[in-house]
Amino acid sequence: MASAVMNMTTAALDWVSVAFDAPLARAVVFGVHIDGHLVVEVLLIAVILFQLTRKSYKPPKKPLTEKEIDDLCEEWVPEPLHPSISEDMKAEPPTLESAAGPHTIIDGKEVVNFASANYLGLIGNEKIIDSCVSSLEKYGVGSCGPRGFYGTIDVHLDCEERIAKFMGTPDSILYSYGISTIFSVIPAFCKKGDIIVADEGVHWGVQNGLHLSRSTIVYFKHNDMKSLENTLEKLTRGNKQAEKIRRYIVVEAVYQNSGQIAPLDEIIQLKEKYHFRVILDESHSFGVLGNSGRGLAEYYGVPVEKIDIITAGMGNALATDGGFCTGSVRVVDHQRLSSSGYVFSASLPPYLASAAISAVNYLEGNPSVLTSLRSNIALLCKGEFCDKLHNAFAGLSDVPGLTIASHPLSPIVFLKLKKSTGSSKGDLELLNNIADRMLKEDSVFIVSTKRSVLDKCRLPVGIRLFVSAGHSESDIQKVSDSLRRVAATTLAEHL
Amino acid sequence: MTVLLPIPPLVPIPPIAVPGEVRRMVRLTYLTALTTLLGYVVFFVFGFLRDLFRELLNWSKSDDLRGYAPICPPFEDFYTRRIYHRIQDCFARPIASAPDAWIDVVERYSNDNNKTLHRTSTASRCLNLGSYNYLGFAAGDEYCTPRVIESLKKYAPTACSARADAGTTRLHVELEDLIARFVGKPAAITFGMGYVTNSSIIPVLVGEGGLIISDSFNHNSIVSGARASGATVHVFRHNSPSHLEEVLREQIVKGRQPGTHRPWRKILVIVEGIYSMEGEFCKLPEIVAICKKYKAYIYLDEAHSIGAVGKSGRGVCELLGVDPADIDIMMGTFTKSFGSCGGYIAASEEIIRYLKHACPAHLYATSMSPAAVQQVISAIKVVLGEDGSNRGAKKLAQIREGSNYFRSELKKMGFVVLGDNDSPVMAIMLYNLAKLPAFSRACLRQNVAVVTVGYPATPVLLARARICISASHTREDLIKGLKVISEVGGLVGAKCLPAEPEKAKKMD
Repeated sequence: MASAVMNMTTAALDWVSVAFDAPLARAVVFGVHIDGHLVVEVLLIAVILFQLTRKSYKPPKKPLTEKEIDDLCEEWVPEPLHPSISEDMKAEPPTLESAAGPHTIIDGKEVVNFASANYLGLIGNEKIIDSCVSSLEKYGVGSCGPRGFYGTIDVHLDCEERIAKFMGTPDSILYSYGISTIFSVIPAFCKKGDIIVADEGVHWGVQNGLHLSRSTIVYFKHNDMKSLENTLEKLTRGNKQAEKIRRYIVVEAVYQNSGQIAPLDEIIQLKEKYHFRVILDESHSFGVLGNSGRGLAEYYGVPVEKIDIITAGMGNALATDGGFCTGSVRVVDHQRLSSSGYVFSASLPPYLASAAISAVNYLEGNPSVLTSLRSNIALLCKGEFCDKLHNAFAGLSDVPGLTIASHPLSPIVFLKLKKSTGSSKGDLELLNNIADRMLKEDSVFIVSTKRSVLDKCRLPVGIRLFVSAGHSESDIQKVSDSLRRVAATTLAEHL
Repeated sequence: MTVLLPIPPLVPIPPIAVPGEVRRMVRLTYLTALTTLLGYVVFFVFGFLRDLFRELLNWSKSDDLRGYAPICPPFEDFYTRRIYHRIQDCFARPIASAPDAWIDVVERYSNDNNKTLHRTSTASRCLNLGSYNYLGFAAGDEYCTPRVIESLKKYAPTACSARADAGTTRLHVELEDLIARFVGKPAAITFGMGYVTNSSIIPVLVGEGGLIISDSFNHNSIVSGARASGATVHVFRHNSPSHLEEVLREQIVKGRQPGTHRPWRKILVIVEGIYSMEGEFCKLPEIVAICKKYKAYIYLDEAHSIGAVGKSGRGVCELLGVDPADIDIMMGTFTKSFGSCGGYIAASEEIIRYLKHACPAHLYATSMSPAAVQQVISAIKVVLGEDGSNRGAKKLAQIREGSNYFRSELKKMGFVVLGDNDSPVMAIMLYNLAKLPAFSRACLRQNVAVVTVGYPATPVLLARARICISASHTREDLIKGLKVISEVGGLVGAKCLPAEPEKAKKMD
């Protein structure tokens, strides 16, 4: 049996090999012998060539017809321009019925006002109002044109000279609105490719300027000099290219979002070590810090030439509107053609420029107003022992649930919650509650932090008290008593 | 050791091309374009040579700023140093009076070839054809000024606080109601500066994932707001509704990203009422129709047209017969027609409520000065006739007749004049850069103050002189202005078109 199978297999194999090796007698083409395997190979090549010549299959791409485009456009539904209106969006701020001085009238009642940044008490000052009135009668209200096209009035030039003289800088430039100052200055000097190191707690105006400049922005921890040094070190170490691009540090003198004061002496040391330039926003420190109100540089004893660019809004201590920027002649001159908020906008109304000149004259002539401001701030924060009535007036140092988070010299006294609710929305609800109750029950007007949806700052929210040199001791006592009482009851369940 | 020759980096060449329909509108011939370009080339070559010499001379001087990159690299302000400084005396002329029909222009002198200018104490009284004083409220007004002074004494120059904090007074609330009523919308919100209005509102309305389509000649504040928003920005050809439709169709089909076709969140089309460099109106009815068809939102910036055009001064909507309800957001400023400062947005109640909650300018920026608010309130009352007189209607009629008269006379003289009928802004084309200072200085010598604009406010080849007519210009003022402009225009060769024969120019 096995041998029969073996025989059959051998026979089959023999047949195959014979058939394979047998010369194809008929296949002698043009005198060339053709072997069997050549036929297979030729067939294979023919198949490959055939496939290569076929067009590759792509799904046909015809352009959309007009009807199809119409249909797509019909189908598309846009989002509404505004999100749905929630209850907290409906809150309205109180309406004032008189000037926003230390005492103002809301809803027919007189209230103590700690919500206006009227640091030197210049709201209602007779001399300033007189200069405004004479300016109004001479120049009208508006200036009706940008600075380049007959909008430059001689009071603008006088104001610029006055401010430069006061600050001790060669020149200054006037802007028509406080918040537009910083977001026009930064893009004028920082372009794509430059490096900016900014504090994470800067306010929206600065953030907008940084965004518009399209430079590389690196944030450092709020008011933390160690973090700043590390950032500067990281950016410049081993970086040969860094020499050729412009580098800036952007800080605020008194931070609106927290009341902290930037340590200028350390910043100048770092700036000189790493070759950066400093842009300083002095909106809340101009007219407040320093022995004569010249700002942060005077306070720290740093010569003002070391700060490259100083900007400030005049809507705080100087009790007028607008802003200015000061620095070297090159810095100021460059802005006259390349700062968009200066070139493309109408100039400051002349009466506000006269008010600024009068305010600076007043500040230079009455430095005692700074001492009253400082004593008011100290009184509010720390309190003092009042001998006559044997009452301990503790100020704000022991308000239940709230703690002072600002620098002792800052005119913005910033109180934040000792224990946060976990979200800034919840915190704001509590704080707004406190502010509303204080206004209704004790006729004391204070405000909490406002945050816009566009604001990138993540610092904790809190209550802001703007101390003025025009506040009396009884005002300060009233606000601290009221705050203590209302905070105790409102935050009772929260603590 | 090789010594490298200090070669200043190349100057950025500004865009020269002018689109076809703009060329036709401004009558730019090839000869004019070539000669203008040649003029620029000469300036650039000289400027380049001067920079080269400066580099060579400063080569040996010590550098204080070792380790620092220069704060203004030489090529960035090449235009400022080499071209603008030569003609600096034609710009930023200080005045010593209110910007009324006649102003006192302060004379300046220079010791260093126009690099720095110093004021003198003399001023010359000139006819003012440059300020935006459309209704004549710039100087004191018998109704407005006493009320403004009263408000100033009551409320002080400022409230030192943002609107959301302690900056809202009765006046602000009254103004918002009044402007909403004036414009024809349910509600309004006001800000202290027009520029900030645009740059802080647009980011709140449209964010990432949205599309902004803006006219190519839009103002810098709109461009800045669009850039700050993070949305994608496309531009459509100036005042061309057909191109707008094309862009809309293409973008809706394409979607946010080319591959995925994710739909846009929302589309905002931004146009202006009057384009201030050309003086022409926007083709509003067609654009509104297109936006309605494609469900895009429309944002109208009426900075120059509110209060100045329209039968009762309500702006471009009234003039062109568009219902204000069809426009989603109406923006305007108080600087031009009402002689004050600030801007407003008028829209539906919900949008305004949302803006009050979210807009950074409302939450952080100092509120508008109460005296300026009172000026606007009084000015609007005069325009509406609510002050008990018909001065408002008279002013509107005067500005309309004055601007139409001025424009037709200029055209008869053979100037190329841009600007639509009824628009108080018109532009006389000069094209050539050298004609700008010639025109400006010659007019000033004859006591007429005009505004001349060149690059970068206008395209490179299209320099012009811009005239703004005011309701406080009398017929005699306009005739004097025309006489001077005709003489000076003839001298500089700006009369490019054939003038009409003398007998047709007879003035009544």
